[in-house]
Amino acid sequence: MPVETLQEKLVYGRPQVLADVPNHYCPGCGHGIIHKLLAQCIDELGIQQTTILVAPVGCSVLAYNYIKVDGCEAAHGRAPAVATGIKRVHPEATVIAYQGDGDLLAIGTAETIHAANRGEKITVIFVNNAIYGMTGGQMAPTTLQAQKTKTSPYGRNPADVGYPIRACELINTLDAPVFIERCAVSSVKGILKTKRAIMKGLRNQVEKKGYSFIEILSMCPTGWGMEPREAAAWVDSDMTPVFPLGNLRDR
Amino acid sequence: MSRGRPELDRERCKGCTLCVSACPEKILVMSRDQFNRQGVPFAVCFDESRCTACMSCAIICPDMAIRIFRLTAAASEPNVAASDG
Amino acid sequence: MAVTLMKGNEAIGEAAIIAGCRHYFGYPITPQNELPAYMSMRLPKVGGTFLQAESEVAAINMVLGASAAGARVMTSSSSPGVSLKMEGISYLSGAELPAVVVNMMRGGPGLGNIAGAQGDYFQAVKGGGHGDYHCIVLAPNGVQELADLTVKAFDLADQYRIVVIILGDGFIGQMSEPITLPAPSGRVFDKSAWMLSGATGRDPHVIASMRLAPDDALAHLNARLQDKYRVIEKAECMWEKSQADDAEFLLVGFGLSARICRSSVSALRKAGVRAGLFRPITLWPFPSGELARAAAGKKKILVVEMNAGQMVEDVRLSVLSSVPVDFLGTLGGVTPSVDEIVERVRSYAR
Repeated sequence: MPVETLQEKLVYGRPQVLADVPNHYCPGCGHGIIHKLLAQCIDELGIQQTTILVAPVGCSVLAYNYIKVDGCEAAHGRAPAVATGIKRVHPEATVIAYQGDGDLLAIGTAETIHAANRGEKITVIFVNNAIYGMTGGQMAPTTLQAQKTKTSPYGRNPADVGYPIRACELINTLDAPVFIERCAVSSVKGILKTKRAIMKGLRNQVEKKGYSFIEILSMCPTGWGMEPREAAAWVDSDMTPVFPLGNLRDR
Repeated sequence: MSRGRPELDRERCKGCTLCVSACPEKILVMSRDQFNRQGVPFAVCFDESRCTACMSCAIICPDMAIRIFRLTAAASEPNVAASDG
Repeated sequence: MAVTLMKGNEAIGEAAIIAGCRHYFGYPITPQNELPAYMSMRLPKVGGTFLQAESEVAAINMVLGASAAGARVMTSSSSPGVSLKMEGISYLSGAELPAVVVNMMRGGPGLGNIAGAQGDYFQAVKGGGHGDYHCIVLAPNGVQELADLTVKAFDLADQYRIVVIILGDGFIGQMSEPITLPAPSGRVFDKSAWMLSGATGRDPHVIASMRLAPDDALAHLNARLQDKYRVIEKAECMWEKSQADDAEFLLVGFGLSARICRSSVSALRKAGVRAGLFRPITLWPFPSGELARAAAGKKKILVVEMNAGQMVEDVRLSVLSSVPVDFLGTLGGVTPSVDEIVERVRSYAR
């Protein structure tokens, strides 16, 4: 009588390019998920040896400690400019600017718009968690109306400080970009879509097509003062109506 | 129905509980009165036999604390000497 | 080498290309506009990259990226624009990245005017950005030196992994003079140990100025920077002395002021007054030892600057109480005249 033995096959493990170290992100923070997706894409495209990651000031300034590729720190808001400088010297490299909402839409708005407008052949990964995480939860350009933060303690008041900025739609007014998509890492389905978007954004660069912009709605449980699962639900219930998910451009 | 085994690294787990709600089979739960070195309860699978290797828990885990193995039945030749049958 | 008539700002561009610079990021601001325009014409012809950035802040950060990628890279601006670059220069310094930053100074503060001036001495020499850092600061006094010091700047930047500031002013930038273009120095610097190019066959490199752990990590980085600065102070001072040895009065000036002092020395000598000139060419490292030696025995030193008195402080620090130090400064883009310098020095003799 044949003996039924069960063979095990690893079907979900650590991406080779993701360092086997604990990360400093808060429990339930979306950065950890996005780093993993980025690492998976780098592995699958086989571009670890040509990738250069630009990490500006923000919770993810230490991203190069977790993703084993050449890394360059950038001043707050300046990642697209640093990435431009790198890409112009190494056109064959895969240059990624991994930025938060304060970095990309507040202090670095000009760099964001002009790198996109020049069609720099880089890939911008924009983690939108509607708050400044690193500095303890201040209002960001993507903070929602009425959302309470350390610097909008009574809730963001549009009459005083305006409305959340929609980066994808902003970038969509520019002719040069080839790929613009917004996704979310608040659910398994959303994470898988996010991975596809990151993959496309990197492949566009490998194939020298042009500038790719991926906005990722992400949880900040600590900054929002929510349990991680509550934060994930909040992304779907409150953020996506303001920041509609989907592809805006794919040339 | 495919079968799997989740391998949860209790020290890497930060107790965020995202995997618990992501698991369609609802076989993950946070440890009770047990804490990892960071002092947080960690995710555990209380019935691996119901794991379908769908990988949902591993996908949503922000800390690479979960690995998934798929179990496949592989009929092995009867081995007279080794068999304990 | 043939003699060519070149405008100061353009001579910087050609010299940078001679030095192997193939990446330039700039932004329009008078009185240095000829340089970005020149680079936009020349760099594409030599397989290089010219990019007009969206701001001086973006430009200096593009410089940081290109430098981190191992390239010889330059940016240029004028006073207000250079103020915008200060954070970037501090980051370059903390990350120990080589770069050449040109400041063709203009009248300030604020919007000021577009005439040449020297009011950014402190910003360049004492470090206008945050943290303990220095840039090597070179002060050309004409078109020939704009070219020669640009070639030198790229070597110094690579040798010491430091920012080198070429501190000119609007006048010498707009001046045209016959010059002989410098030859490349031929020095090559291997950056493979730290530059970013994609980790092919090696561990990843990381270029960053943040040091969080362990607690003294940033202290160690700073100690290494300070050690480097001490080496530079010993090895890289540059200055010029003219008719100083037998002089009773010593004029001290840099850049354009030094040219006016040179004419004043001749005028004074004709009027029977033994005057001489000491001209710092590196403003950092400041040639304080050489100045102290040159000042020995002099009756008086007159420092001439187109500002309210900045380098004069370093002159005083160099000579201390050995010789009295007087100051003559012009403001708002006005240049000092030979007559007023001659008059001031002659007043010492009365």
